[in-house]
Amino acid sequence: MPAALQTEKLCKTFGALTVAQNVDFRLEAGARHALIGPNGAGKTTFVNMLTGALAPSSGRILMNGEDITKTRQAARVKLGLGRTFQITTLFRRLPVLDNVALAVAEREGIARHMWKAAGRHNAIKDEAMALLATLGLADDARTPAQDLPYGKQRLIEIAIALGLKPKVLLLDEPAAGVPSTESERILQVLDRLPSDIAILIIEHDMDLVFRFAKRITVLVQGEVLVEGPPVEIAHDRRVHQVYLGEQHHA
Amino acid sequence: MSGYTVDARIRWTEWIPFVVALAAFFLLPEYLALGARILIFILFALSLDLILGYAGIVTLGHSAFFGLGAYTAGILSAKLGITDAFVQLAAAAAAAALLGIATGAIILRTRALTLLMLTLAITAILLEVANKMSSVTGGADGLQGVVVAPILGLFRFDLYGKTAFLYCLAALFVGWWAVRRIIYSPFGAMLTGIRENGARMHAIGAPVYWRMVLIYTISATMAGIAGALIAQVNQFVGLNVLGLEPSGDLLVMLILGGVGRLYGAFVGPVIYLSVQDWLAKQYPEYWYFGVGALLITVVLFAPGGILGLFDKCLQLFRQKSSARPSAR
Repeated sequence: MPAALQTEKLCKTFGALTVAQNVDFRLEAGARHALIGPNGAGKTTFVNMLTGALAPSSGRILMNGEDITKTRQAARVKLGLGRTFQITTLFRRLPVLDNVALAVAEREGIARHMWKAAGRHNAIKDEAMALLATLGLADDARTPAQDLPYGKQRLIEIAIALGLKPKVLLLDEPAAGVPSTESERILQVLDRLPSDIAILIIEHDMDLVFRFAKRITVLVQGEVLVEGPPVEIAHDRRVHQVYLGEQHHA
Repeated sequence: MSGYTVDARIRWTEWIPFVVALAAFFLLPEYLALGARILIFILFALSLDLILGYAGIVTLGHSAFFGLGAYTAGILSAKLGITDAFVQLAAAAAAAALLGIATGAIILRTRALTLLMLTLAITAILLEVANKMSSVTGGADGLQGVVVAPILGLFRFDLYGKTAFLYCLAALFVGWWAVRRIIYSPFGAMLTGIRENGARMHAIGAPVYWRMVLIYTISATMAGIAGALIAQVNQFVGLNVLGLEPSGDLLVMLILGGVGRLYGAFVGPVIYLSVQDWLAKQYPEYWYFGVGALLITVVLFAPGGILGLFDKCLQLFRQKSSARPSAR
C-alpha cells in the first residue's frame, strides 16, 4: 500500500543555506506521526514543501503513490492535503463561522457561485456549524475570530483545516503559544479526529507529542536523524544529545 | 456586509438612495445634470468598492476602464454613426472587460506598491494614446458630436437632462443589484477571505490569482459602462476621463463614503461632487482646498468614512438606550 504522503531525497537550499537534505519520509495512511527537532531544524520548511507553498530544490513528493512535486498548492488541497499554521492565520475580522464556511464552500466548489446569497447556502452553514460544535466553538460562531482568546483561535486554525475534509492533515505546532493548562484541550480535539486521516504534527510540547504520536521523526539541520516509535525515540542517545546538548550550550 | 452569517434580504434603509434620487428628480430640476453625473460616479465607485473594499486590490488606475468605456461609446457614435444607447453600452462593457482581463492577468501577480504603480501606469498609457490619436479621439480638444438615439426608440435626451437622469438611475439600479448579489454570494464571502488573509485562502485550495482576475474583470466591465454613460450624457468625451486625476477623485469619493460597505459608494460621490459643485461656484479659485480639508477631516476623525462614523454613532446610541433601563 502506498504511503499517504511520502518524500524521496527531498532537498531545499536557500543560496548556501541547506534547510532540507535528502529527506526520505513516509506518512502512512491513518498515521499519527510527529516531526520534532530543535529550532531551525527545517520543520516548517519541510511542511511548506509538502503543501506546495515552497518548491523543493530537488527530490520528489508523492501522495498515495502519485507524484505531486509539481502540483500547485490549491490542487494539492483538492487531493485532500490540509494544513494548519504555526502562526495563527485566520480571517481575523470575519465571524468564526465564516472562517470555517469558506473552507467548506471551497471544498464543495460553491465558492465560485455569485448569485444565491451565502447566508442561504444552508448545507455549507450547517456543516460548518456542526464542525464548530464538535470543537466546542458553537457559541462563538458569530464572533469575529480576532475577538476570541488565543486558545480558541488555535482551535479555529484546526477547524478551518478540518472543513476541507482532508485525508492528510499537517499540523504546524497546533499548541504554539498556548499555556500547558490549555494545550490539554487541543490534545483532546486531536485525539478525537477521525482515525482515517493521516496526521503529521510538528510540535515543541514534548508531553503532547509523546501522548499523541505513534511514530516520531527527528529532524536536525535539515536531515532525518532518527525515526521510530516514541519509546525508542525517548531512549535514543543521539536525540538526547541534540536536545540536551542544545540546553548545555544555551 | 457579506458572508454566511448575514441575512441577505433587502432592508428598507437600502431603498433610501433610490427614493432620494427620485425625490431629487422632482424637487431639484435645475440640478439634474449634476445629478446624472453623481449617479454615474456612484456606479463607478461601486465598481471600485468591489475590488478595493471586498477583494482588497488597491488601484489608482480604475479610470483606464472608465475612460476606455467613454471613448468606446463616443467613437462608436461620433465616428461610426452607431447611436443606439445599449449597443454603445455593450461595446464599452466588452472593451473594458477585455482590457480588464488582459491587464489584470499581468498586474495581479504583483502586490501592494508595485501593483499600485502598474495600475497607474496603465491609465497613464491610455491617456497618452488618447492624446496622440487625435484623428480618432479628438486628442486634447476632446471628442465632439457624441449622439445617442432615443432610448428604446422612445425617450429622447432632452435639454433639461430628465431622460439622462432617469437613464443613469436605471443603469445604477441594475449595477447596484448585480454588485449586491455578488457581495452577498459565496463568491463575495470568498473575496473578503482574500482581503483578510491571502495565505489562508491558498491553504484552503482557492485559486486566488484567478479569482482576483475574475473580480477585476467584472469591476472593469462596470467601470466601462459608467464611462459610456458619461460619454452619452455629456455628448462629449475629453481627456479628463483618463489618467491619475479621475482615479484619485474616485478613490477619495469611496474613502469619504466608506470602503467595503456598498453604500459608501453612494454617500461618497454625492457629498464629494455636491461640495465640489458648490465650492466651485462660491470660491472658483480655492475649491480644491475645501475638498482637501473635507478629506483630511474624514480620514483623521472617521477612518471608516462617513458611513463608518454613522455606524459608530448608531452603536453608541443603542448602547445608551439599552443601558438606561438596566440602570434603574
